Amino acid sequence: MLLRLEDVQTYYGKSHILHGVSLEVQPGEVVGLLGRNGVGKSTTLKTIAGIVRPAAGQVTFEGKPVAGLPPYRLAHLGIAWVPEDRRVFRLLTVLENLRTGLERPGVSEAQKSALLDKVYAYFPVLAERRSQAGGTLSGGEQQMLAIARAMMLEPKIILLDEPTEGLMPRMVSLIRDIVQRLRQDGVAILLVEQNVPLTLDATSRCYIMEKGAVQYHAPSAELKNNHAVIRQYLGV
Amino acid sequence: MAIPFDQILIQTVTGLVNGMILALVASGLTLIFGIMDVVNFAHGDLVMLGAFVGATTVAVTGSFWLGLLIAAVTLAVFGAAIQITTLRPLLGRDPLTTILATFGISLVLQKYAIWQWGPSARQIVEPISGQFQLFYLQYPWYRILTALLSASIIGALYLFLKFGKYGIWIRATTQDRVMAAAMGIPVPLVHTTVFAIGAAMAAASGVLFGPLGGVTQNMGFDFTLRAFIVVVVGGMGNLGGSILAAIFISLLEAYASLVVSPAQAVIVSFVALILTLLIRPTGLFVPTPK
Repeated sequence: MLLRLEDVQTYYGKSHILHGVSLEVQPGEVVGLLGRNGVGKSTTLKTIAGIVRPAAGQVTFEGKPVAGLPPYRLAHLGIAWVPEDRRVFRLLTVLENLRTGLERPGVSEAQKSALLDKVYAYFPVLAERRSQAGGTLSGGEQQMLAIARAMMLEPKIILLDEPTEGLMPRMVSLIRDIVQRLRQDGVAILLVEQNVPLTLDATSRCYIMEKGAVQYHAPSAELKNNHAVIRQYLGV
Repeated sequence: MAIPFDQILIQTVTGLVNGMILALVASGLTLIFGIMDVVNFAHGDLVMLGAFVGATTVAVTGSFWLGLLIAAVTLAVFGAAIQITTLRPLLGRDPLTTILATFGISLVLQKYAIWQWGPSARQIVEPISGQFQLFYLQYPWYRILTALLSASIIGALYLFLKFGKYGIWIRATTQDRVMAAAMGIPVPLVHTTVFAIGAAMAAASGVLFGPLGGVTQNMGFDFTLRAFIVVVVGGMGNLGGSILAAIFISLLEAYASLVVSPAQAVIVSFVALILTLLIRPTGLFVPTPK
């Protein structure tokens, strides 16, 4: 098991956001996390990435308890977070954005350039714009940069929060391709999306959240035909 | 009243020299503010402490350069210790708590300086004593040297931030602390390092300023005040803006002292501060925020 959450409870100040989330991701598996706005999907990802600390419950990564570790330690363990609002470093160039994830202990110069070559092959537009400030990129390009930046960590899992939000259709299909390529590379993905058809296509299993907890869990192929569940929890 | 052209030129040189030392103090202050949102009211006292460490070292070893080096290294270690013990636990709290904490540190350092070195002023002997003719004045070469040294230290800082491996860590953390941590950057270590760099730069300014103004236990307040004005006028947390503002304010004061007494000329800085806060609170030397 790569990642396991057991009965995770998270608060923002006094508001109780996660009321006991349990889920699992196998190595190399692409798993969807669906649900309406405000049910705690983003908070679940933030809790795994160490951005917020769970008040109770277990988070284990490769069998080791990791709840409460600082985000940079989790990043070194192989957990990469691509936030909903992308959070590109706006004043850093594209290359500098990528380099923020490269200056880790134990990464040789050869590995660094191999990693850069790899993401430039995935996203040729980033190679063209490598000297441009991150803040000057379009929304779609910033999303590509945020994913490429996460890849610099050579993660075992990428926590991908609404990657297609606000993107035009051409970009959406590009993001879909990238998810497929990451899957082929053996990187696990926990995908939070509002785009239900895309999520059901891209993932092997899906968790559906409501009121801060997982309410339903099924293989994506099965869920595709279960219109009642989709209507009940997702309203589409 | 016409002001002779040679006086204007002399005041330009003086303003630039003072501006570079002030820029050295202010860049540390602005770097610390930019990355931690901490307004360090003890910054001037780090200048003072650096000057005393420098003065003591120069008195013992006879070498100005050794004094400069040892003061910078000592204050870097001391700054790191202050950050870890006092500011790190307060990170993310109400800004008032860090203001009070650094104000407390400032008082402790001043009292420590009186206890350790006494109330009388120390002098640091300048490393070069030559002078050159600037119109009717014998202008000391040492003043030119301090400006050049300050400029090179700031230049080195800029190059480190722009091209250094850890410079990217500092810039990324300044822009988005949370995302930087998620990218594997050890943010607490970066904060401590930045505070140490700021303290070392303050110490260097103190030693450089020593031969010009003497070293006293209450010299810090003036530096804090001026650096604070500069950081606000230049745009909080903006390094380039602070450097330009330091030169701007110092030139303004130098020119003002042509027509009024130097003590009154300080008023000009406050006027600049108040006008900045009224008209352009984001700072004079930063692009208009979009």
